[in-house]
Amino acid sequence: MQLEELRFGTELLKRGFAKMQKGGVIMDVTTSEQAVIAEEAGAVAVMALQAVPADIRKMGGVARMADPKITMEIIDSVTIPIMAKVRIGHFAEAQILEAIGVDMIDESEVLTPADEFHVEKANFTVPFVCGARNLGEALRRIKEGAAMIRTKGEAGTGDVREAVRHMRLIMGQIRSLKGMNDDELMKVARDIEADYELVIECRDMQRLPVVNFAAGGIATPADASLMMQMGADGVFVGSGVFKSQNPELMALAIVEAVNNYDNPEKLVEISTGLGDPMKGIDTGTLQEDELLQTRGW
Amino acid sequence: MVAFQGDVSEHVDAMERALGGEGSVVEVRSRGIVPDCDGIVLPGGESTTISRHLARTGVGDEVRAAARSGVPLMATCAGLIVISKEIVEETRFEPLGLLDVRVMRNAFGSQRESFETDLDVNGFDSPYRAVFIRAPAIVGWHDDVDILARIEDMAVVVRQENLMGLAFHPELTNDLRFHEIFLGMIKEVRIHVRH
Repeated sequence: MQLEELRFGTELLKRGFAKMQKGGVIMDVTTSEQAVIAEEAGAVAVMALQAVPADIRKMGGVARMADPKITMEIIDSVTIPIMAKVRIGHFAEAQILEAIGVDMIDESEVLTPADEFHVEKANFTVPFVCGARNLGEALRRIKEGAAMIRTKGEAGTGDVREAVRHMRLIMGQIRSLKGMNDDELMKVARDIEADYELVIECRDMQRLPVVNFAAGGIATPADASLMMQMGADGVFVGSGVFKSQNPELMALAIVEAVNNYDNPEKLVEISTGLGDPMKGIDTGTLQEDELLQTRGW
Repeated sequence: MVAFQGDVSEHVDAMERALGGEGSVVEVRSRGIVPDCDGIVLPGGESTTISRHLARTGVGDEVRAAARSGVPLMATCAGLIVISKEIVEETRFEPLGLLDVRVMRNAFGSQRESFETDLDVNGFDSPYRAVFIRAPAIVGWHDDVDILARIEDMAVVVRQENLMGLAFHPELTNDLRFHEIFLGMIKEVRIHVRH
């Protein structure tokens, strides 16, 4: 077998990587110690960050890609895949993360956007995950080459309401395509500003053509169960683990909850005695300019 | 189908296509189901995560007992890591210790180095399009392990009696030749039991 015969960075490889994450929990971590806790709990991947979204919110200023040193230390500390965030549209940050060797890049509204355009993700060998609030946004990202979608929710709040709203909307929009003929789908594609072929695919598959995770406000095992029951393929937990009173217990409980999301008796056991979850912010009290989900289009 | 985590639905779909109605696939997330199964599949996903679930639920012990009694087992990618005897530089969990091989995880590198290739497989009359995603590879094996395909000096398809190990993802392509071999192994066992 000659190495020249190998093909890298194909869509099948990118989407396939995302499929391997299904049924799993991806946790935000800022140090290698936290990464080890996440792996020990059974996380399928970790998201390497300079600060968790709750702290980014508090600090203000411009939020950027983490120092490569942090990301590289985390890569060396665990064997599960490493993801890291770039600013929306900041393809140079993405090139740096690809050179470091992260397994997936999150083009994230949690960081301060660098451009009104998103990164042209098809040009990269490494797969991308992107946030979305509705079907049109999800399909625009997939058209640009995203191999995985997550709800935006409202990151750093510990309030699951916005993630629920986004997941409900995306799932409902896909269901509404059922039974529509191709002409009707053309109008839908125009209305939601999405690629026609991708809209057809959603009608036929009755799901997004890529893996779809929940993110943005998940803070308890019950939150994770809720999102899984709504049709998420898995969950991202940002501030929810390491802003809770007992991160080890919370991390394990959320992993177990994703696995037993449809078993209330087990969830009783899983949810009991975890200490305080992150305090959080009621998203209803946030001003328009405090929202992260409105970044990107 | 051990269904804790990973691309379970793709595996179920591929196996159902291969079965063509002659049998059914059950997803296993708790004890008590594996002892009634004629074959076991360990899918792709994250090996550390799947191993933790196997240990916590006791399903791992059931899989080990079934495989040792001769029930055919197909393990792909993460599954291959999980059923091996030894994992290079692994101290965090114990693999099931079934397949007599030494596995290196992420043998080709990170996701950036994941690849597709046309693989020559012993016994196949045309190459098999194989999808390697952060794939492991077998770097050492016992004499009675059959090596059916290699990449450089590492093995990526192996068989040892009732165990089949693949470093890539046959569930992500439409080529069902490995699934058919596995179903053939199950049929052989059933005929054996009947006589």
